[in-house]
Amino acid sequence: MAAPIAIHLEFGGGAELLFGGVKEHHVTLPNQSGPWDMMQLLVWIRGNMLKERPELFVQGDTVRPGILVLINDADWELMGELEYKLQDKDNVVFISTLHGG
Amino acid sequence: MCQVDEEYNGQLEHRVTPRVSKKCVKCKENTAVLIIRAGDAFCRGCFKEYFIHKFRAMLGKNRVIFPGEKVLLAVSGGPASSSMLSQVQEGLSRDAPKKLRFVPGIIYIDEGVHLEQVLSLPSSVLEAGSSATEKPQTGSSYKAAVDQFIHTRKNQNQHPDLSVENTQSHLSSQSMQEVQNGITSPITPEHSQALQRLFASVRTLTAKEDLLHTLRQHLILHTARTQGYTKVMMGDSCSRLAIKLLSNISLGRGASLATDTGFSDPRYGDVVIVRPMRDYSSKEIAYYNRMFDIPSVFIPGLDTKAQDKASIQRLTESFVTKLQTDFPSTVSTIYRTSEKLHTACPPKNTNTQPSAKCLLCVCALDTKLEEFSAYQATLISEQLSQRRGPGPGFTPGTAAAPGPPPASSAGQGQCCSTGGGQSQGCGTGEGGCCSSAKEPEIVDLKSLLCYSCRLTIKDMTAEDALPQYILSEAERRKRRSQMREEISEFLLDEEEMKPS
Repeated sequence: MAAPIAIHLEFGGGAELLFGGVKEHHVTLPNQSGPWDMMQLLVWIRGNMLKERPELFVQGDTVRPGILVLINDADWELMGELEYKLQDKDNVVFISTLHGG
Repeated sequence: MCQVDEEYNGQLEHRVTPRVSKKCVKCKENTAVLIIRAGDAFCRGCFKEYFIHKFRAMLGKNRVIFPGEKVLLAVSGGPASSSMLSQVQEGLSRDAPKKLRFVPGIIYIDEGVHLEQVLSLPSSVLEAGSSATEKPQTGSSYKAAVDQFIHTRKNQNQHPDLSVENTQSHLSSQSMQEVQNGITSPITPEHSQALQRLFASVRTLTAKEDLLHTLRQHLILHTARTQGYTKVMMGDSCSRLAIKLLSNISLGRGASLATDTGFSDPRYGDVVIVRPMRDYSSKEIAYYNRMFDIPSVFIPGLDTKAQDKASIQRLTESFVTKLQTDFPSTVSTIYRTSEKLHTACPPKNTNTQPSAKCLLCVCALDTKLEEFSAYQATLISEQLSQRRGPGPGFTPGTAAAPGPPPASSAGQGQCCSTGGGQSQGCGTGEGGCCSSAKEPEIVDLKSLLCYSCRLTIKDMTAEDALPQYILSEAERRKRRSQMREEISEFLLDEEEMKPS
């Protein structure tokens, strides 16, 4: 039902090291029956984009502690965290506040 | 309520996820974009005010920085120090009377980085972080690079201020300057090699990070001293300091917790280190940088992509951050605890004996051998677990205990050539300690260091890889304490001077 969604991803604070050093990514999430939510996005990132060391980015269901997530420049805690339903042309930013990437 | 088979259908509170249209708690008008602490939602404008206000309040509350003073900003390029830089700039550009009134300078230490190789500092010959009353040792070359982005920020500055421009033009005249002091070429391949050898000789990542931190401090201190700065601002955030507090306890630096994590660090005497960002959590800093376009760079360090258990600092960091997600008040609790730590006034005789400070970290030596102290127990068990049994003349608990000096005078290194029957004094326990010239060197270093610096040095396989200034300062202190011992019977003791 949902058309493919175009998302703009950004990585900062060292998280980009896990993605080949590239800070900005434009991705298109494929078609699926229900809307995409953040949890599925994380799974998708882990499967398709993470080049190495997935445990430095994703921990279990959610991001690793110490990585901040902004959705359209707002704290994702205000948006519902993992339950937020992605919309087309959303901007998701992952900033690592840890030392080690 | 407290029945046996209680039914809580639908009455249990689960964590309430705020809705999208939550209002800012401060102005109650705008939509909130950020949650700070444990549930305060702020809108963009209020957050900016809160952030700026906190910086000014921190400086104003601890009145350590006087108007007109020269302050060195230690900028690593990371988010916290870049944020600090922008706050200082913001503060300098405001209209009086609220203007910040000090003269800033910026130091950026260029650490070339490879993930596999060691970090190399720009110069291998650094200055000793000796105590205030002593002059720094003779010349070394170093490089103080002023960050360029302050000039680009100047162009975007809405309120050009005369004093700011004067400051910046002054800074620009010094920018990218390689200040030389004695040696002609500042950086030679030998220097880089020497540094790489130094870090290669350290076995554990914990000790490497500790050593790097110490050397960095020395460089900043030296720059501040020679350029006439009386204060240094470091950009340690609240989260970083909480992690530092816990890892310092694990490293054995509990005695200097107050100075290591407090707002002002007076241990160097003439140069005071202040930490104005210590009230900001890393989340606040990251959001502020993102929202207001503060440029910062991520420079991979020693512990980038390291395992969780690679070093004590790393382990503590992962522990605290994980705990913080479930208990959002973790970092602030640790921070409040650290605020309660105060530095006691150093006793008078510490000032007159510069050798009573640690050689590397310049905190008070905490390794005086007292009877029945935990430290003595550690030493005894170390001796007993050496392969060779105790040598002749060794008796636990007496004043002739090996390694650290007797309780009366600190900083004394017992070289084998001076003391008879002191074969354990070399700390190696292997006997035959006069066989190589290097062995007395090891003793002296250990006796001049505090407990945690000893552990760091112990991890090194080649102590002569230490920078020259450290070794020569150690030599100098050793000679002084030997001389002091030789004339000790002629010295008037403190108690004798008091009127009876």
